[in-house]
Amino acid sequence: MKKIEAIIQPFKLEEVKTALIAAGVEGITVSEVRGHGRQKGHTEVYRGHEYKVDLLPKVKLEMVVADSSVSPVIEALRAAASTGKIGDGKIFVAPIEEVIRIRNGEIGEAAL
Amino acid sequence: MNKFFPQGSAVVCLLGALLLPTLACAADDPAARMDALEAAAKSAQSAGDNAWMLTSAALVLLMTGPGLALFYGGLVRKKNILATMMQSFTMMAVITVLWAIVGYSLAFGAGSPFLGDLRYLFLNGVGAAPNADYAGTIPQQTFMVYQLMFAIITPALITGAFAERMKFSAMLLFMILWTLVVYFPMAHMVWGKGGFLNAFSGGAVPSFDFAGGTVVHITSGVSALVCALYIGKRVGYPESSTAPHSLVLSFIGACLLWVGWFGFNAGSALAASGLATSAFVATHFAAATAALGWMFAEWIENGKPSVLGGISGAVAGLVAITPASGFVKPMPALLIGFLAGLVCYFMVTVLKHKLGYDDTLDAFGVHGAGGTLGALLTGVFATNAVNDALKDASGKPAALGLVDGDTAQIVNQAIGVAIAWGLAIVGTFIILKIVDATIGLRVTKEQEIEGLDLVLHGEEGYTMES
Repeated sequence: MKKIEAIIQPFKLEEVKTALIAAGVEGITVSEVRGHGRQKGHTEVYRGHEYKVDLLPKVKLEMVVADSSVSPVIEALRAAASTGKIGDGKIFVAPIEEVIRIRNGEIGEAAL
Repeated sequence: MNKFFPQGSAVVCLLGALLLPTLACAADDPAARMDALEAAAKSAQSAGDNAWMLTSAALVLLMTGPGLALFYGGLVRKKNILATMMQSFTMMAVITVLWAIVGYSLAFGAGSPFLGDLRYLFLNGVGAAPNADYAGTIPQQTFMVYQLMFAIITPALITGAFAERMKFSAMLLFMILWTLVVYFPMAHMVWGKGGFLNAFSGGAVPSFDFAGGTVVHITSGVSALVCALYIGKRVGYPESSTAPHSLVLSFIGACLLWVGWFGFNAGSALAASGLATSAFVATHFAAATAALGWMFAEWIENGKPSVLGGISGAVAGLVAITPASGFVKPMPALLIGFLAGLVCYFMVTVLKHKLGYDDTLDAFGVHGAGGTLGALLTGVFATNAVNDALKDASGKPAALGLVDGDTAQIVNQAIGVAIAWGLAIVGTFIILKIVDATIGLRVTKEQEIEGLDLVLHGEEGYTMES
């Protein structure tokens, strides 16, 4: 099993969710985060005082999928989230040791 | 009749209804009927005046709570929102008690030219009967409670200078002493019977301050500067300072201030009169052009006009028109507002950063500078075509400002301004020293970093948990 973590542009969330459901992902966690990669921020001015804002609003998605699903899920995610411009985001893949369903104690891929 | 009753037909009906019982009894005696008519007319006039004045008092209180509380609150960091609002709110409570016990007397009791006496201690004698020295058609209690709202907002304005770092106990003590030492004498000199600066009561230096450009804005603004310099900058200022946490709150506060200011300025006519209308119009016009002035200056300098700039400009215009509001015509009001927008924009965005002091919410840049500008321009644009209450030796309306041909009035205005500056600087400095020596002014560095809402009040402004 692998954990797929993706940082995407907030306005892409609906499109990406739809694509992931179509790719068979059943569980997903979404959080609002701030951050940056190579995308520059902007400057705000309040009563003559300049403030550099370089942490931009992004959306983080986390999901755990079976090993066999990793490639198709990543492809679907990338296609939906991409605009071709700097700031589109990144996808990270990490191994998961165990998954347990809280309701009935199921473990492993059956618990996904 | 038209001079007093614009809605003629409605009031004639009212008069008729009031007079019916009297007329029935006095049917045969013309003199008695005249007396009854006069009494009814006076009663209707007083009713109109009192209704407006009580409304104005409520409007001015609205300026403090929640107007100023929101305006200031939105500009500070999230962790200090409650503490900032608490400062304004507490003035509503503490100054009321101070006023009731001794404040009204020290400000408006006839005493020396510099301070009132104790004739109204515990509001002795202040009841339904008018006080002809101040407002002959409304209960003295109305006048007293109206003036109270001014005494409340003036110290509240100062809190902008030391936001985010002042101890609550120290602020309380400071404000009580400041109101006693600076506000009451200044209010007495400008508005009190026999006041040194009161043009309408034989003052030695006759200056014009219709609604408190010197009494409220210069004293609070200059005192704010002294506080900012004495107390020192916030931790991490200016390198790690943060933007306003909620301009939405500040916007709401600013609009409440604009509307409330009609009570502040138009209410200073102390009657529901043509002069109140004139002050209302001048007030609104100045706010409008000041907002535009600040916005356009910003647009040119930064490439974008901002909401904070617009609302700050409006407040600056309202400050500047305050002393002039019952003395100037509408066109000069437009000009005064526009100049205030430009001058205060410069003070806040250029001068403050150049000089490096941390007047956190620009109490000096807006109120001190705007009030000074407005008080001086009053000497230019004041005209007896608007306000003919002051008579010359022959009983005709006296020339007021430069536009009337009085070239010396600006000097009187400047003296009033200088007295306000001097009293504010000296009084504030001494009080700061006393409070610092006894209980200390500032929270610790760690407390400042943690945030005043938790440290001083044990609360969080936004928990947002269901």
